[in-house]
Amino acid sequence: MDWLQNLGKGTLSSFAAIGRATYLLFGALFGGKPNFKKAFPLLIKQIHVVGVQSLVLILVSGLFIGMVLALQGYTVLIDYGAEDSLGPMVSLALLRELGPVVTALLFAGRAGSALTAEIGLMKATEQLTSLEMMAVDPLRRIVAPRFWAGVISMPLLAIMFSSVGILGGHIVGVEWLGVDQGSFWSIMQASVDFTDDILNGVIKSIVFAFVVTWIALFRGYDAVPTSEGISQATTQTVVQASLAVLGLDFVLTALMFGN
Amino acid sequence: MTSRKFEIMVGFFVALGIAALIFLALNVASAGVTGSGQTYNLYAKFDNIGGLKVRSAVKVGGVVIGRVEEITLDPVDYAPIAKLAIDSRYNNFPDTSSLSILTSGLLGEQYLGLEPGFIDETVEILGEGGFIEDTKSALVLEELIGQFLFSQGNHD
Repeated sequence: MDWLQNLGKGTLSSFAAIGRATYLLFGALFGGKPNFKKAFPLLIKQIHVVGVQSLVLILVSGLFIGMVLALQGYTVLIDYGAEDSLGPMVSLALLRELGPVVTALLFAGRAGSALTAEIGLMKATEQLTSLEMMAVDPLRRIVAPRFWAGVISMPLLAIMFSSVGILGGHIVGVEWLGVDQGSFWSIMQASVDFTDDILNGVIKSIVFAFVVTWIALFRGYDAVPTSEGISQATTQTVVQASLAVLGLDFVLTALMFGN
Repeated sequence: MTSRKFEIMVGFFVALGIAALIFLALNVASAGVTGSGQTYNLYAKFDNIGGLKVRSAVKVGGVVIGRVEEITLDPVDYAPIAKLAIDSRYNNFPDTSSLSILTSGLLGEQYLGLEPGFIDETVEILGEGGFIEDTKSALVLEELIGQFLFSQGNHD
């Protein structure tokens, strides 16, 4: 009967976790009256931590991924004399898939784990409890600015990732391998659509930002307040956020480009 | 003050993001003649449109002047009708102009080539809803091969 009990226990605890996570999100978003004058400096500080400090990582990764895409695509396309299609290949792959997804994965590793560790340590050192003692709602003071900072930063980072990746593809394809510059850009412009490709990519990355930041904050807020608990929570953030991003990416792609 | 430094950095970050979006919108997506500006519609009937698609380009001498907006089938004679959106800056085509379906490169995508016709007193200028009579259909490779084989067979 042990396995049955474990199954029941696991189901109950995962539902309880979903409940706590939803409570955290609603408490952070809708709990109490928003005070923009007080919240704005906190938000700016968090965008700096979450977004600006991830900038170098995102830009360098984007550049290299664009360059690799161009190099790999060129070796296949040249066999069919279709190396002019390198531009649309690189830009569509980046705008539709790699930009949002790789940004979200890097963001989960770079900023998500940091958020979890920070909030977990705040909990372990009872800073969150002290805030409540002073009648400051930690959900609004600590969680909300970090959540919004993540949701604002990640789409911006994904857009920059795609742009830099396309420039990287241009460097390898045009400057190095000698694809004609005019056809690289003009065929790209003919096949990339602003709403279908660029905006759908942005929508994807907004969804990913929402999920990754939510998981990171919840894992930190829900961590067992010991050093071991924080280390587990950080690992769980990266694993669960990455899996959620990849799974959601399939669903979103099927909805957006499926037919 | 540190908060001022943060604000400047975040401002820079957001500006960079917006600049990247503008770069994508203008340089990567087609920002030219895509129906955002003023256009007028022309219609043309073909026997066979081959691989022509909605959003295919309409070109005069290689310059893009418009796009295919809609492709429908004539309910009477089952011939495809293409509705073209042409940039209003180019509104001086006579109705003797001809349209042909061309291919960019051997395997490239198909587009419409517009050949402006002659102008004299009896010729009208095409306006909104104008109909281009003189059209040449797409080259369908299979039909060409079939004709070639047929003509080879006749020599014997």
